[in-house]
Amino acid sequence: MEKRVTFNERWLPYLLVAPQIVITLVFFFWPSGQAIYQSVLIEDAFGGNSKFVFLDNFIHLFNDPGYYDSARLTLVFSALVATLGLGVSLLLAVMADRVIRGATAYKTFLVWPYAVAPAVAGVLWGFLFNPSVGIVAWVLQGVGIEFNYVTNGNQALMLVVIAAVWSQISYNFLFFLAGLQSIPKSLIEAAAIDGAGPSRRFWDIIFPLLSPTGFFLLVVNIIYAFFGTFGIVDALTKGGPAKSTEILIFKVYNDGFRGQDLGGSSAQSVILMIVVILLTVVQFRFIERRVHY
Amino acid sequence: MVENRPFLTAFSHFVVLLGLVIVAFPVWMTFVASTHDQQTMLQSPIPLLPGSQLVENYTRVITEGYGKVGSVPVWQTLTNSMIMALGIAIGKIAISIIAAFAIVYFRFPLRMTFFWAIFVTLMLPVEVRIVPTYGVVANLGMLDSYSGLIIPLIASATATFLFRQFFLSVPDELTEAARVDGASPMRFFWDILLPMSRTSIAALFVIQFIYGWNQYLWPLLITTKESFYTVVMTVSRQANVVDSVPSWNLLMAMAMLAMLPPVLVVVFMQRQFVRGLVETEK
Repeated sequence: MEKRVTFNERWLPYLLVAPQIVITLVFFFWPSGQAIYQSVLIEDAFGGNSKFVFLDNFIHLFNDPGYYDSARLTLVFSALVATLGLGVSLLLAVMADRVIRGATAYKTFLVWPYAVAPAVAGVLWGFLFNPSVGIVAWVLQGVGIEFNYVTNGNQALMLVVIAAVWSQISYNFLFFLAGLQSIPKSLIEAAAIDGAGPSRRFWDIIFPLLSPTGFFLLVVNIIYAFFGTFGIVDALTKGGPAKSTEILIFKVYNDGFRGQDLGGSSAQSVILMIVVILLTVVQFRFIERRVHY
Repeated sequence: MVENRPFLTAFSHFVVLLGLVIVAFPVWMTFVASTHDQQTMLQSPIPLLPGSQLVENYTRVITEGYGKVGSVPVWQTLTNSMIMALGIAIGKIAISIIAAFAIVYFRFPLRMTFFWAIFVTLMLPVEVRIVPTYGVVANLGMLDSYSGLIIPLIASATATFLFRQFFLSVPDELTEAARVDGASPMRFFWDILLPMSRTSIAALFVIQFIYGWNQYLWPLLITTKESFYTVVMTVSRQANVVDSVPSWNLLMAMAMLAMLPPVLVVVFMQRQFVRGLVETEK
């Protein structure tokens, strides 16, 4: 889409785009180029010499069982975050949409977790499940479950998933609620007159009509689980115990800053860039289709 | 409601209320913890109702910090967070609105190149290219500075796109009228376009303020001086310090203060927030 009426100026438009273009070049294209460049180099520990090794960093990565472990973990983690997050918020949105009285108040009470930083959310959940003073850990112990996320890998992963779902719940809820409210009431009424009960109406009318929103949220949630959960992991477990919560984005940081393996970390960055570009393309293709819908 | 099913309605209320309670529970416990003294918070089970130390705990963290060596008073980290969040929100809006203005209202060589250059930034979150971006910022000597905290994060395509969409919907007749009256492009921008964009700017401001306030990895990497620490990173940092006797009461008071500003913004600007959320995500 283009404007019919425009202004004729020679230099002004360049001046206007300059700030954004300069910042994009310096803080986006330059580092991204560096990541690609460094991913084909090996640098010695003192940073002085670097040697061109072509795809060795990538080959090394693909021969490293640790990388597959982290990749597998990331897939499990994002599947859990996406299904639990979407399931819970869909349930809440459907229920909130049903009730007439109080729907607005419910919305207000469910939007605020979005404003809590993921890193702070990690600290809050860590406090609830803290092995020595956490109230939930205490209750669990009372019913005979020994909960210690500091030493138990599965429990650590579970806790990170819970905190990640909690952080994303308001976002999913708002989009589901908006999707539900845009479904014409006449459709639901027609089905009701024909004798369809609430659950039949949900599965045969509401759910299919909501699927575009659901698909959109699925992609957003996967991107979130891949990249947005760094703060939660760092605040709660730092990837531990024994790498049981070291998702890919955390491994990039761990190998690059703590392990000082710049080449390996950059190679991982490049792979993640490809993943996020693919996900974004899927998202855009889909949104375009929804516009013509 | 298409039919009257009192039982189902009651059940819906029950499910939503249960959801609300579970969602609010971590924050309630944080608040409770921030109102007790240190001793109470070391014995399990910890109390479920607020205690009497609210004023003491909050005064202490605001003026002295967590109370260990090298800790920063929270008023300072809050100020840093506020500077960073406002800088990112205002900076992003400012550079994107003029870039969108140029791309929509002018024809010039390289226009589409610029457009695509901005567009691709949509694809890579800062976490993915964190190591090289750190290198660039270090080379530019921007570590431990407000400009280092703010500027690398203000390049973003979402805001530019939002304004572009909005400008495309502005009727051409307005531009024609302005040109007939002899208004310069900048005059048109200041007197017509900018006032019309108010609601979009407000919506974007809420989203970007929260984004800036909640930044974690970036300030963690580029600040080594305590005087530049932000509140979100100090909370998580202190939580991970291995202490012989942790002061949960003070830590949780800090966490409450770290959550308060963005939560207030969302609650009081809820309409702009929802609008911004829906619009930036397309």
